[in-house]
Amino acid sequence: MKPIIQVRELSKRYRIGAHRARYGSLRESLTEWGRQPYPVLLKRGGQERPTIWALKNVTFDVMPGEVVGIIGRNGAGKSTLLKVLSRITEPTEGEVDLFGRVGSLLEVGTGFHAELTGRENIFLNGAVLGMKRAEIDRKFDDIVAFAEIEKFLDTPVKHYSSGMYVRLAFAVAAHLEPEILLVDEVLAVGDAEFQKKCLGKMGDIARGGRTVLIVSHNMGVVRTLCSRAVVLDAGELLHDGDAEEAIRLYSERPKSGTTPIVAHFRSHEHAIRVTSCEVNGSASDLVHLGPEDHEIKIRLSGVTSRGVTADLEARLSDELGSTLAYFSPGHVRGSGHRLAEGPFTIAAGIRLPRLNEGRFNLSIRLTHPSITIWATAEPAVLLVADGEPFATGQVLPMKQVGWTLLGGHSEVEAG
Amino acid sequence: MPEEMPTGESPTGNSFPAQLPETALSAFSLADQPVVKIRPSRRWVALDLKELWAYRELLYFLTWRDVKVRYKQAVLGIAWAVIQPLATMLIFTVFFGKLAKVPSDGIPYPIFSYAALLPWMFFLNAVTSSSNSLVGSANLITKVYFPRLIIPGAAVVAALVDFSIAFVVFVGLFAYYGYSLTWGVVLFPVLVVLTVLLALGVGLWTSALNVKYRDVRYALPFLLQLWMFATPVIYPSSLMPERWRWVLAVNPLTGIIEGYRASLLGRPVMWGALGYSAAIAILFLLYAAFYFRRTERQFSDIV
Repeated sequence: MKPIIQVRELSKRYRIGAHRARYGSLRESLTEWGRQPYPVLLKRGGQERPTIWALKNVTFDVMPGEVVGIIGRNGAGKSTLLKVLSRITEPTEGEVDLFGRVGSLLEVGTGFHAELTGRENIFLNGAVLGMKRAEIDRKFDDIVAFAEIEKFLDTPVKHYSSGMYVRLAFAVAAHLEPEILLVDEVLAVGDAEFQKKCLGKMGDIARGGRTVLIVSHNMGVVRTLCSRAVVLDAGELLHDGDAEEAIRLYSERPKSGTTPIVAHFRSHEHAIRVTSCEVNGSASDLVHLGPEDHEIKIRLSGVTSRGVTADLEARLSDELGSTLAYFSPGHVRGSGHRLAEGPFTIAAGIRLPRLNEGRFNLSIRLTHPSITIWATAEPAVLLVADGEPFATGQVLPMKQVGWTLLGGHSEVEAG
Repeated sequence: MPEEMPTGESPTGNSFPAQLPETALSAFSLADQPVVKIRPSRRWVALDLKELWAYRELLYFLTWRDVKVRYKQAVLGIAWAVIQPLATMLIFTVFFGKLAKVPSDGIPYPIFSYAALLPWMFFLNAVTSSSNSLVGSANLITKVYFPRLIIPGAAVVAALVDFSIAFVVFVGLFAYYGYSLTWGVVLFPVLVVLTVLLALGVGLWTSALNVKYRDVRYALPFLLQLWMFATPVIYPSSLMPERWRWVLAVNPLTGIIEGYRASLLGRPVMWGALGYSAAIAILFLLYAAFYFRRTERQFSDIV
């Protein structure tokens, strides 16, 4: 059988020096660079180089109907690979041949306009994702039913709750029927119930004979959906084959302790940029929790280009990406902090339950609770817990106990 | 490869439509030739009009969005498309027509200036909105692929909607001053096409420049204002002193704007100027489109 995707010695180089020098808005360039592979830079001896290889000589084939996971830590080149395959950005070297129509889903709700109604956005978003008008017409009822928003179809989406918004956005995307589907972490949206539904739909798509490439940090998703996985590390292909083997490789690799936490942050809006982040006083992404540590202190600084509402959210997950517990003071309080234009610092203290000995991922998000996601670091820090000698740990995977909400506080620091 | 169609109920209770569309069926028979070939591009890239045509529906939807959103929260809504040129015409009539007594070749000043303001306002709106369109669509550009030419293109087409509404007002003025149609009106559609081509050319070029150099955003409104004064909008070409005539002659908008007056108000057509405008509009559009395609690949990395 002939492969449907052929990737040959694909490389992508980003010019960082040039970016900084050439483009008016330094702030935006830096935001963009927060996402780029600083680890690569550091590995080369820490000196600043004018270019960075986000992908280096990546070669692989995908057979029709295969569902392939792409895994790797932050900055390994996963998103760049997807962007090259979906033609959003051009490769520097190498070739890709795609023997089918491509649909890419790098974000849920691309092209949504807040002023337009749900109905209007279905058409707009569908067209942006590459659907024909007749195709949208035909699938319209299915999309509405899947999103469960019948009653609000003619309400502008700016009045939607974040849950409704995400459901509608995913519903449109899920009805895209290209031969090759490229997906980036969009599954990490919505509440647990809807995530399950999304996964079910993804499974349907996979079983429907379509070829799917999924970038994910959630090993559970990769394990459930993918028969095969590709592991990227610093832009290079580390492993291509059995998904279980890939997950083992990914989990085993020492992946933290060398990177500053701030490098894991991705800005989702230009209005906010995270400039520094410390967890329990450490700026590096490996944090040790002794038996006496019952609190995680996050101190996050950034700059906003306009007045915004923001608060910290945090998520504790096991090493394979399954969520254990949430911390979201903004949701408890009912709103976030008002931040004026300029620099800001938010400090949060999270009361920890007793942890067993083990390694946990801490993800940090800066959000306007329920409204907007400003910036995310998923994961931001690897927590290595000693565990208490006589206590049994209290956090369990979400699927076993439902939601564990962590207590704590957050406030804006003056100055 | 699975032969049967996936029609069964899924574990979540959602099923595929019982009848799969043709596009989905082709998933089961692999194309012989790559549908998409991705290669690092050379300096100059072909325009790929075929692909542009394939994405025509997106052009429609983006235009529709622009028009819809523009007036959505405005109380007066689409009436602004009438108010803007009408108010400008009144101000010009008072200051230039009445107070400064700018000659208007024997035509009542209001209709004289409105016939020129009509295409000028379109050109101004089209160029301004398309030059900012790429930067304003950063979220689209970094997340999904489609021919980028569509974004500034949609902005120009959206400005055409305002143009049509403003044209209705012209018809009213035309009747009020007791003008009647002449054969020149057959030239009107040609003039509209030329204005669109020129606006598209300038819009594409400035939108691509704007991605790289954000200065464009600040320089453009100023330059456009200068451009208006270098174009016979508020005055007739005949008013320009001999030694400044070359400015009007070089300016591709001169032929077009005077063409509108000739076509609508029954004045002699300046064929030479019009031919020059047409040539410049087409050549510049070609240059702008190729320039756009050449810089396009960097958009998602820069924007």
